Amino acid sequence: MDILSNLALGFGVALSPYTLFLAVCGCFLGTIIGALPGLGPSNGVAILIPITFTLGLDATSALVLMTSVYYGAMYGGRISSILLNIPGDEPALMTTLDGYPMAKQGRAGDALVLSGVASFVGALLATIGLMLLAPSLARVAFLFGPAEYFALYLLAFCTLGGMASNNQAKAALAACMGLGIAMIGVDSSSGLPRLTGGSLHLFDGVDFLVAIVGLFAIAELFFFIESHGKGSSIGVALDKVRVPWKDIFDTKWTMLRSSGVGFVAGILPGAGASLGSFLAYMTEKSIAGPNGGFGTGVPKGVAAPEAGNNAAAGGALVPMLTLGVPGSGTTAVLLALLMTLNITPGPTLFTERPEVVWGLIASLLIANVVLLLMNVPMVKIFVKVLMVPAWILLPGVTMISFVGIFSLTGSYFDMLMMIGFGVLGYFLRKLDVPTVPVILGILLGGNMEDALRRAMILSDGDVTYLFSSPISIGLWVAAILGFVAPMFLRNVLKKPPAITD
Amino acid sequence: MASDRIFGLITLITAVAYIAAATQIQTNFFSGEFLPKLFPLLIGGVAAICSLSIIFRADPDPDWPGGPTWISMAIAVVVLAIYAVLLKPLGFIGPTIFAAGILSYQISFRPVASILSGFGLSLGLFVLFKYALGLGNIVAYRIPKEGQLWDALAILIPFVGGH
Repeated sequence: MDILSNLALGFGVALSPYTLFLAVCGCFLGTIIGALPGLGPSNGVAILIPITFTLGLDATSALVLMTSVYYGAMYGGRISSILLNIPGDEPALMTTLDGYPMAKQGRAGDALVLSGVASFVGALLATIGLMLLAPSLARVAFLFGPAEYFALYLLAFCTLGGMASNNQAKAALAACMGLGIAMIGVDSSSGLPRLTGGSLHLFDGVDFLVAIVGLFAIAELFFFIESHGKGSSIGVALDKVRVPWKDIFDTKWTMLRSSGVGFVAGILPGAGASLGSFLAYMTEKSIAGPNGGFGTGVPKGVAAPEAGNNAAAGGALVPMLTLGVPGSGTTAVLLALLMTLNITPGPTLFTERPEVVWGLIASLLIANVVLLLMNVPMVKIFVKVLMVPAWILLPGVTMISFVGIFSLTGSYFDMLMMIGFGVLGYFLRKLDVPTVPVILGILLGGNMEDALRRAMILSDGDVTYLFSSPISIGLWVAAILGFVAPMFLRNVLKKPPAITD
Repeated sequence: MASDRIFGLITLITAVAYIAAATQIQTNFFSGEFLPKLFPLLIGGVAAICSLSIIFRADPDPDWPGGPTWISMAIAVVVLAIYAVLLKPLGFIGPTIFAAGILSYQISFRPVASILSGFGLSLGLFVLFKYALGLGNIVAYRIPKEGQLWDALAILIPFVGGH
C-alpha cells in the first residue's frame, strides 16, 4: 500500500498538463536522437543537459523532460539497428543480429513494431521492479558508512571495467583518468587548490558536462570525418506498418524472461544495459536451441535484446537512485543531470525528497506509455529522420554542443577543453579504451575520495578499517571478482559477430 | 602493437608527473598533512601500473586513417578552436556559418552543399536557440572593437594570449 500512495504522490507531481506536454516533446525528441546514427542515449542526453539547464526549468520538469528523452533514445536506437544495421549505441548492437535480417526479408515494419512492444514490456516491468526494490535497498543503504561507500565505488569501477573493454588494464586506466581529473580544483577541507598547475580556470575543477559532451559528441564528429559519413543510407524498404499480433503473442514468454534477465543485469553496479541485452539474447538463443534460427531474422531474436536492454536501463536506476552509483553510461549521464539540478542521489533521497524519486518513477511510466502510443503509428516519420545526411547532422550536433556549454559557463576555456576531450575521446575509442569509466570517474571521484578520507579520519589512519564490516568485505570480494572474472569468462561471453551484407 | 606501446608510454609519463604533482599538493592545519595527497597518489599509482601492463601486453594496432584524413581532422580541431574564442566577440551567426560550413565540407567534400548547410544551420539554430528556447546569451552578431579580435585569437597562440 505504501507503494500505491507513493505512486499517487509521484503522479501528482508528474501528471500535470505542462509536464505531460514536456514528456511528449521529450519522447519525440529522444526517439529522433536515438534513431540518428551516431547519436545514442548517452550523447543525446549529454548535449541536452546544458540547454535544459539554461532554460530554467524547475527540477521536476527538467527531470520529466530528460527521462523522456532518455527512454525515447533507448526506443529510437532500435530503428537504426533494424533498418541500417548500425547500432545507435552499444546495447542496441544485439538488436541488429536478428532485426536487420528480418528487415531484409521485407518484414521491417513488423520488426520495428515488435521491438517497440518488447521495449515497452521490458521498460514497464523494470519500472515496477524499481518501485518494489529501490525503497528496501535504500533502507539497507543507511547501514553504509564511509568504508562501505569506498568499496561500493570501487565495485562500480571494477565491474564496469570488467565488462566495458577487452583489456582490463585499459578500462582501469580510463577510470584513473576520470578520477585524476576529478581531483583538480580547490580542495574542500584545506581550501587550497590542487593539481591546477596555477591556472585560474581550473580552480573550480573540470565540469563533468564539458567532459561528457566532449567525449561523447565532439569525438563522434571526428569519427564521421574519418568515415566521410558512409554507410548511413537505408538499404531496406519499409512499406506498410501494421501490428504483428501473432509475433507479439508468440514472443510473450521471451519478453518476460528477457525483462527479468535484463533487470538483474542492470542492477549490478557498472554492468548496465549492454550486458542486459547480451544476456537476454544469449539466454533466449540457448532456450530456442540450434533449430530456433537465431541470427537469421526470427521475431524472438528481436524481442529478446530489446526487452533486455530496456529492462536493464530501468534496473540500472536502482543503484543510481539508492546508492548514487550508476550502472551504465547512460545512467551516468542521468546522474550528471541530477547533480546539475542539485539533487544528490542516495538513501536519503527517498526519505527527504520523495517527490523527486516518485515523480521520476511516475514520469518513467508516463514516458513509456507515450512512447508506445507514439512509436507504432509514427514509425514512418522517425524513419524519415534517417535520411538526414551526415554532413548536416554532425556540424549541427557540434554547434548545439558548443552553444550548450557556452550558455552554461560562458567561458571560451571550457569550450577549448571540450574540444580537447573530443580529441581524447577519438584516440581512446580508437585504442579500444572505454570512455564511460572516464565519465564515471569525473562524476564520482569527489565522493569516492570523501569516503576514503572520512574512513581514514574515523579510524585514525588505520587501513584495515576499510575491510572491517561484513558489507564492505562482501563488496571488496565482489569488486575483485567483477574485475578478474571476465578475463576467464572471455571465451564464454564472446559476442556474436555482427551481420554483414 | 606500436600504438598501444606509445599510448602506454604517454600515460605512464603522465601518471608519474601526476604522482610528482600530488606530492607537491599544499596542505594546511584543517586538511592534515597527508589526506589531500592520499587519493591522488593512489590514482597515479594504479594508472602507472595499468600503463606498464598496456606497454608489455599491447593489443594489435587499430586501423588508423590515412594522411588526408588526419589533415581534415586537424583542420576541424583548429576551426572548432577558432569558433570557441570568436563566439563571444563576434556573436553567433557569423562564426557558426564559418565553422559549420567547414566541418560539413570535411565530411562531404561538396562545396556548394557545405556552404548551404553552413548558412542553413547557422540561421536555423539561431532561430531555435533565440526564439524557441529563449537562451539569453546568444547574440546574433557583434561588431568587435579595435584589437578585440586579435585578443581573442591570441588566446590560441601559446605564450602570447590567455588570461
